[in-house]
Order: sequence, then structure tokens, then C-alpha cells
Amino acid sequence: MGSPFRRLLPYVLRYRRQFLVGLTCVVITTAIQLLSPWVLKHAIDDLNAGITRGKLAQYAGMLLGIACVGAVFRYLMRQIIVSASRDIEYDMRNAFFARLQQMPLGYYQGRRTGDLMSRATNDLNAVRMMVGPAVMYSANTLLVFVVAIILMMSIDVRLTLVALLPLPLVSVSVKYFGSAIHQRFEAIQAQLSDLSAIVQEALAGVRVLRAYNQQEYEVTRFRAANEEYVRRNRVLIRLQGLFYPSMTLFLGFGSLLVLWLGSREVIRGRISLGEFVAFNAYLVMLSWPMIAFGWVTNILQRGMASWKRMLDVLDASPDISDAGVTDAGGAVQVTGAVEIRNLTFIYPGSQAPVLDDVSLRIAAGQTVALVGATGSGKSTLISLLPRLHEPPPGTVFLDGVDVREIPLATVRGAIGFVPQEPFLFSDTIAENIEFGVSKDHAAARDMDTPAAAAVARLDADVESFPKGYATVVGERGITLSGGQKQRTAISRALMVDPRILVLDDALSAVDTYTEEEILARLKGVMRQRTSILVSHRISTVRDADLIVVLDRGRIIERGTHAELVARGGGYADLEQKQLLEEELAKA
Amino acid sequence: MTSIHDEEVLGKAYDARLMRRLLTYLRPYRRQVAVALGAIIAASVLQLGQPWLMKIAIDRYIASGDLRGLDGVALAFLAILVGSFILEYVQTWTLQMTGQRIMFDMRMEIYRHLQRLDLRFYDRNPVGRLMTRVTSDVDVLNDLFTAGVVSIFGDVFTLAGIMIVLMVMDWRLALVAFSVLPLIVIVTQWFRRNVRESYRTVRTWIARINAFLQEHITGMPTVQLFRRERRSFARFAEINRTHRNANVESIFYYAVFYPAIEVIGALASALIIWFGGGWTMQGTMTLGSLVAFLQYSQRFFRPISDMSEKFNILQAAMASSERIFKLLDTPATVGAPAVTPTPHSGSGHIVFDHVWFAYDEPHSVLRDVSFEVKPGQRVGVVGATGAGKSTLINLLLRFYDVSRGRILIDGVDVRDMDPAALRGLFSLVLQDVHLFSGTIATNVRLGNAAISDEAMRRAASAVHADAFVSALPGGYDHPVAERGATLSVGQKQLLSFARALAFDPRILILDEATSSVDTDTELLIRDALHVLIQGRTTIAIAHRLSTIQDMDKILVLHKGQLRESGTHQELLAARGIYYTLYQLQYKDQERATA
Repeated sequence: MGSPFRRLLPYVLRYRRQFLVGLTCVVITTAIQLLSPWVLKHAIDDLNAGITRGKLAQYAGMLLGIACVGAVFRYLMRQIIVSASRDIEYDMRNAFFARLQQMPLGYYQGRRTGDLMSRATNDLNAVRMMVGPAVMYSANTLLVFVVAIILMMSIDVRLTLVALLPLPLVSVSVKYFGSAIHQRFEAIQAQLSDLSAIVQEALAGVRVLRAYNQQEYEVTRFRAANEEYVRRNRVLIRLQGLFYPSMTLFLGFGSLLVLWLGSREVIRGRISLGEFVAFNAYLVMLSWPMIAFGWVTNILQRGMASWKRMLDVLDASPDISDAGVTDAGGAVQVTGAVEIRNLTFIYPGSQAPVLDDVSLRIAAGQTVALVGATGSGKSTLISLLPRLHEPPPGTVFLDGVDVREIPLATVRGAIGFVPQEPFLFSDTIAENIEFGVSKDHAAARDMDTPAAAAVARLDADVESFPKGYATVVGERGITLSGGQKQRTAISRALMVDPRILVLDDALSAVDTYTEEEILARLKGVMRQRTSILVSHRISTVRDADLIVVLDRGRIIERGTHAELVARGGGYADLEQKQLLEEELAKA
Repeated sequence: MTSIHDEEVLGKAYDARLMRRLLTYLRPYRRQVAVALGAIIAASVLQLGQPWLMKIAIDRYIASGDLRGLDGVALAFLAILVGSFILEYVQTWTLQMTGQRIMFDMRMEIYRHLQRLDLRFYDRNPVGRLMTRVTSDVDVLNDLFTAGVVSIFGDVFTLAGIMIVLMVMDWRLALVAFSVLPLIVIVTQWFRRNVRESYRTVRTWIARINAFLQEHITGMPTVQLFRRERRSFARFAEINRTHRNANVESIFYYAVFYPAIEVIGALASALIIWFGGGWTMQGTMTLGSLVAFLQYSQRFFRPISDMSEKFNILQAAMASSERIFKLLDTPATVGAPAVTPTPHSGSGHIVFDHVWFAYDEPHSVLRDVSFEVKPGQRVGVVGATGAGKSTLINLLLRFYDVSRGRILIDGVDVRDMDPAALRGLFSLVLQDVHLFSGTIATNVRLGNAAISDEAMRRAASAVHADAFVSALPGGYDHPVAERGATLSVGQKQLLSFARALAFDPRILILDEATSSVDTDTELLIRDALHVLIQGRTTIAIAHRLSTIQDMDKILVLHKGQLRESGTHQELLAARGIYYTLYQLQYKDQERATA
């Protein structure tokens, strides 16, 4: 099992005391479990020979006593080992989430949320089954197997060998059926995913299907896949239908031989009747390990496969980290001066540059606007500033230092970022606004929650809610309008007291009148700070100190509003177009 | 709005109403169920035979040293083994196959129902959730049929059988053995009550973990930007810890239950030894009976400890069936007409008569829209995004019903027509082309067997799709991946034209593509469009005004109302909304070529 197995050890060894104690309990409980047929043997023999009432009471008491002691250890065994497996599950899930928190944006763009979640729940559960119940049962199984055979040998070696004659049959059939069932199972899973794909396709394309009256055809298509699914299941059922009964049959052959030959031994006086009964009892005990064996290996296989899937995430290396921090970077006090130097950016795995030789200098306290069509690279450019994506070395500077050399916490702490689609958490409005403020520093801030909300013109909205700032916003802020969400996100960004405020088209869902008010208030708050605005709207960017027009990754125009309009280029066209749109909206 | 929490809501552990409805699915398979039940009963009876044979061997033959008799017992034992083997096979086979058949029926029923449900329903329910109904929810029910309900029958028969045999063997000792039953009832009740409660708690916390993960994985950039990692982690660890504690609590109940049942079993054995041993010494009972009693009492406790597992299956099945039935009970409002429709024989004359519509009352998307499209006329519809253009199509094809007013086709209200007959009049070419996995051929003709290979090829070559299809390995049998992933946008567009043409509709509806294609393909598409439109009533929704300039009539929708109509020249001359839209497009084109 090599490396994945070794990676499992630290998690398990942390609870080695529990496992040690728990396994000791397994040994004790198994030993005790094996005692009771032995008591039975003596009881039967004595009964056969004649016995006192007192002796009989003694045997009955022993049976009960053995069971009680065994029960205590059995209880401890489960409680200790399974609890330890829950502790391991807890540690692993925390480690998993901690790793996810370190992974950059790019990591999530290539993965489905559902897949990551399933690793943290379904796969983790399979791993837990492997380190908990499977360990417990395999220890128990192994002990019962070995000890029962030894005790049977002590009664009659020949009879033991006879009883075990069908054993090779059992292990051969476990092996054969095991792999055959596994194969069928995979074939069934494959067909199930085909079936799901058909449903997915038909539901996603429901309009086309209805328009062309293809519902019946789709049902036929689905029926065929559904029938194939049943057909594959039928093969599996035939195998399973044979497997379990044949196990019982083979084990039954053992009992048959023991009954047939063992009773002769009793008649010949080689073994006593009590020994004969005890022998049968051990044989019954043996049948469970045989069945458990297949079950445990199944859990182990699935557990290891799941553990590998978890390791995929646990071993992922965070590409964006503090690895490149220098002394100069560590000491930097961000004032808000930004410089982009000959930046060319290509997303990993892609060929075409999204940004092509972009250079831009923003002085501390300046307001700069980025304008351009969808896909021109505006959002990518600003995402490099807080290192959501990693810029190439020597291209993005804060206060003269390469951002890659400044600790992430310093960079991100200096930036108030409002993304295009603001993400709110299903918590109260107050919690969402105070999202970036750690509670112990809250008092030291110069802006409180209502003040931040007021700048973003959210205050009136919140006051109209019955619960005010304690209103819970629902999943992803579903109970708020688009504009309210954007304004909450702006308040959130202001609360961290940023040196640099970045608004990525953050007023798109706000009407122009409110937008103007927000911009005016922001101007007051941002007097000493740098602002970077990304927008499609001329009204948003009109008053910026510098407007930069991007087109297919390149800066094609830069200047103030008046300068750019006078130039009569792309910016001037955009302005005219928006005037027309305004006209249309009024029509 | 629903969320992940809703999927985790737990119903009752057992709901008689749901169970009755589930059992109706067994009805077509009465014979199979009867066979399986028969096999189960016979197998339980045979199982009872083994200890009985042991008793006979000990009492009758070992005591007397009768070897021939022992051979007979061994033969009987062999017969029982083989018989059990056959019965168990028959039972597994019939039961599981019946389960599969029922799952098949259920999946078909759900899928058929999905095909009937309104588009309104699809607007509200994400595809992923609906898929869960057809796949995993049905599979959970399968467990109920194969591992749950029926094996409980088997267990009950075994228990009853053991009790009868014990009574027959020795009624005094049987009563002694049964004396532990009240203890079992008490322990089981205690276990069931607590486990249900803690199962519920654990499920709640698992749902919280899922919701937290879902939210924080999608919102991870925000967490990182605001340096919330440490605090988010603390909250996650808190939820995770509560989940673990809830689990550890439930371990306690299991850890107590299994040993407790064993102790009760041992108590029964001890009582049997004490009383039975005493009676054996007095000679009122044989030693063989005593041994058989001990063996039977061991078998007695096995089904009882299996119970907890079946309990969980039952609970999960109830939750799944509740979700499935809720879906099946959702009525389809767009349906066949109340009056029997007369056979349709018009030529494609469309009238919108004061039509109002809202996807979500009271926000009307169309307000009092009236217009007429004469047979063979070509009409373009323009307007800004959200003006209601696509809604016109949705109503015409009766994906939705109008809120007020009416739509007539050749004088018949679309609500009085059979939806299938209505939709048969149209071919629809949608903005984003939906291709299905299959081959090029299946995507052109879909399921319509009436379209011959010849007709399909003709249609394809008429819209210039033949050239690229022939170049593909396998030609028309070339496999198409899910959503047509391997084809270019332009190729998909041409295929959808071929599809529309192959169906040879009376009325053609185009929802023009906005996606950009290279100039060569653009020319091909434009040319293909001309072929397609030839001689048909056409309604084209245009995003680029250039494509509809030579239409017979242009309708201008604005904020849900029909504001202008006329030819390109007339509308330009009017200097209204169309004029402004035209200028906007003009700016765009200018910029694109700059």
C-alpha cells in the first residue's frame, strides 16, 4: 500500500493509546466468547454421567458470568475503537478544510464543488470505516478463527481437519465471486452514470425536446438504458444469489461431516458427548469469520481508494503562499501606490495572453478607472493585485515592492475588494458587513457598521427590515436584491479600513441615481486612499483621475474623461452608445 | 428558495400512508412476491431442521450406537443443506429481480412524468435535484425491497418457527426460555428510541457540515480576500466537533445494545441449563432435547440484533419515497385540451390577440401584445434584452399558457389544440444549439423515424452541413459527445438548421445566435438561413438587425409592449426605438471593425 498507507499513520498513531486499549478489549472479549462452549462441554458430559444440583447451578452461573464479563469488554471495545475512529474523522476533516483554505482561486475554477464536498463526506466516511469498525472486526475475526481452530484441535485433531475440508472451497469461491461481483458492480455503476447522463441531457434540453415533440422518443431512449441497467443487475443478482447460499452450503458440509463422523467418534468413545456439542458450537462460531473476511476486505479496498481521493486534496500544494516573502516585503507599510510593469498574463493551461504588456502607475490616493468590453482583461488585472491569481515576478508592485515578496496577509489586509458577483454568507447583515474585521480590533476602527452601511447607501434598506442588521440574508444572500448585495459588499470592503479600494463593476445592479450618491460619499471616505474602479458605465468612471481603456488585454487609451471624449476613440463611442441607451430606457 | 438543508429533512421512521402507496408497486408482481414468500417460509422451516436432527442423533442413535440410523440422519442433513441452497437461491433471485423490475417501473414513471411537467416547473427546480429523484432516491427504495421489508418477513417466520418447535419439544422449558422475552422488548425499545433520536441529530449536523462546506468552497475567494481563514476554520471545527460528539453519543447506544442482547441470550442458556439440566437428571427430558434447545435459543437472538440496521434502511426509504411521491403528485397544468381538437388543416396563420403574460405574477413580461403573421410571411422581432422576445416563442409553442388574451393559429386557440399537434407545426432553431449524445444522424432526425436517410442528407446539404459532416470519420454515424462538445459553434448551428429543415415544418421559428463565428462560417450560415426560410411562415428573433432588414415585417418589442411595426425603411424613417437600436448596433459594428 506504500505511500498512501504511510500518510495514514500520523492520523491513526495520534490515538495509539485508544487503539492499544481497544484491541486489548478485543482480545479479552474474544477469549471469553470462546470459553462458553467449553463450559457447555463440561456441563453436557457431567449431565451424561450424572451430576449434582449444585454443580449444575455452578455451570449456569458460569455461563452467565462469562457473558457479563464479555459484554463489558465488548462494550469497551466498541466505545473506544469506534470513538477513536470518529476522532480521526474529525482531525481529517479539519485538515481537509484547512488545506482547502490555502488553495488559490485557480484551484477551485478547475473543480466541481460537489466533488470536493463528496471527498469531505462520503470518502471520509469510507476511510473512517477502514480505521474504525474494520480494524475492530478484523482483529476479532482473526482471533476467533485462530483460537477456535486450536480449541477444536485440542478436542480432536482428525475431526478438526475433516471439518475444515470445505475451507479451500470457501476461500476459492470467495475469491472467484468477490472479483466477479466487483466487476459486475463496476459495470452497473457505469450504466448508472449513462442513465444519469441521459436524464441530465433530456432535462437540460427540455425546450428542444418539447418543440420537436420528442418526449416519446426520449422515453424510449431512457427505457433502453433503464432496461440495460436491469439486465446488468440481473447478472449481479445471479452471482449474489449463488454466492451467499453456496457459502452456507460449504460451511454446512463441514457440519455434516462433523455430525456424521463425529457421532461415530462419540459412539466409539474417542470423544465425549460434551466435546461433540462444544465442537459443533465452535464450528458455528467459525462461520462468521468466513463471511466477515470478505466484508472486511471490501471495506479496506474502498477505504484505501477513498483515502487516495482525499490525499489528492490534502497533498495539493498551494501555489500562492508566503514562500517568496523578503525582509523588504515583510517590512512594507502599504500607502496605496500601485505599479504594473510590463505585465503579460496567461492563465495556466491556456495559450493566449489575457493581459499583454500592460504598464500602469497609480499614485497613492488616486482614483483610477478601468473600462473595456467583456473579456478585455479588466477583472484579471485587478485580481492580480490581492494575488487571487499569481502575477509573474517583477510585474505588480505595491509601494515599490513586488507583491509576491509581501506577506499575503499584509497585501490583502490593505485592499478592500468588491468582486463582480459579491458573495454573501448565510448570516446576518451585520456579520456580513463585519466579515473582514476581527472582533478584538473592532473597537479600534474608525468606522462602525452603520457608518459603513451609510456610505454604501445600505442604511435606509436595512432600517426597513424588521430585524435591521440582525436580518439573516439566506444562502448566498438570496433574500436581498442584486443592488442590496452589491452595497453590502461595498460596506464590507470599507469596514476593513483599506488603503486601496477595488470595485469590480460593483455598482452594476444599482440604479444611476443611487450610484451617484454612493460615488459622492465614497469620495469623502476615500480622500486619502487609492481607488480602482472597473465599470461598463461612463457615469461611474467620469470623475476618475485617470481612465484606462483596455481592449483584448492591451491598454489602448488613457486619460481623463474630457481628454478621452475629445480624442474621439473607443471611449467616446462608448459614451455615445450609453447616451443612446439612456434615451431608449426613457422611451 | 430551497437549499441543501431541504434535502436532509427527515420524515417519520414509518409512515403507513407512504408504505401503502409503496406496496401498490408490488401489485403487478404478485406471483413473484408469492414465490419469494413461499421460499422464505420453506427456508425458515428447513433451518429449524438442523438442531432437530442433532437432537435425534444424540437421543436415538448415539445413545444406542446405531450407525445405520446416523447415516440416515446425515442424509437428511444433506437434503436440508441442498434444499436450503435451492430455496435461498430462488428467494434471492425472485426477490431482487422483482426489486429491479419495480425500480424500473418507478424510474419510467418518474421520467414520463418529468416529460409531461410544465417548463414552469423546470424554472423552479435545478436539473441536479431532479436527477437525484430518478437515480439515488429510487436506489434507496431498492434497499427497502431487497434487504428490508421482505427479510423482516423471513425473520418473523424464523422466530415464530423456533417458538413452535420449542413448545412441541418441551413446553415447560420453552416457557422458561421465553421468560427472557420481556427483557428483550425493554432493551430493544430503549435502543430504538435513542438511536432514532441520535440518528436525527447526526443527520442534522452532517447537513450543517455540507452547507458550510458548500458555502465556503464557493465563497473561498471572499474568505481569503478578507483574511477570514482562521475564524472560518474555528467555526468549521466547531460544527465538526458537534457532529463528532453526536456520533460518539450514538456509539454508546450500539455499544450497549449488542452486548446486552448477548447477555440476555446467555441468561436464556443459563436458565435452560439449570431447569433443563434438572429435568434431564430427573429423566423427564432427554439430553438431545437440551442440546437442541441451546442451539435454537442461539438462533433466536440473531435476527433481533440485525434489527437496528433494517431500521435505518426503513427510515432512509421513507424520506426518499416522500420526495419521489411529491414529484409524482406535481400536476402538469399545460395539458391536452378539454374539447376534442379538430384535425388541423391551415397554412400557418398566426394571431396574437391582446396577450398578457407573467412568469412570476404580477411582473408582466408581455403586456397587451397583438399582431398578425400571414401565411408565408417573414417577420422579424427586435428589442433590447429583456423586452420579451423569447417569451413570444415560449407562448406560441405553449411551453407556458398566456395569462390573458389568446393566441390563434389558423383560427384555433392554441389552448384548444393538442400540444403535440401544435408543436408539430413548428421547427425551432434556438439560440444555443442543444445537441444530444448519439450520432450526427440521430441529432438531425432526433427520434423521427419518418425522416429517411435520403431526406436527412438532402436537408443537411441544403444548409451546407453536408461538407463538414462528410469530412468527419464515419460521416453521419460520427459520434456526438454530450452537448456536442467536439463540434464548433458554427457546425452546431448548421446541424440545428439541418434538423429544422428535415422536419419540414409549416412555420419556422428562429432565435438567432449571438455567438460570434468566423466570417466564412458566417456566410455559410447566412446562406443556409435563406434556404430554410424559403416558402415558410417565419418568425425570427434577431439580435443583429442586419439579418432581418429584408423581412416582410419587423416588430419592435420594448419593455413587454409592441411599440412599433413595419418594414426596415418605414421604421428607420419613423426615428423611434428601432432607429435608436439601429444606431446602437451600428456603433458596435464600427467598434468591431476598428
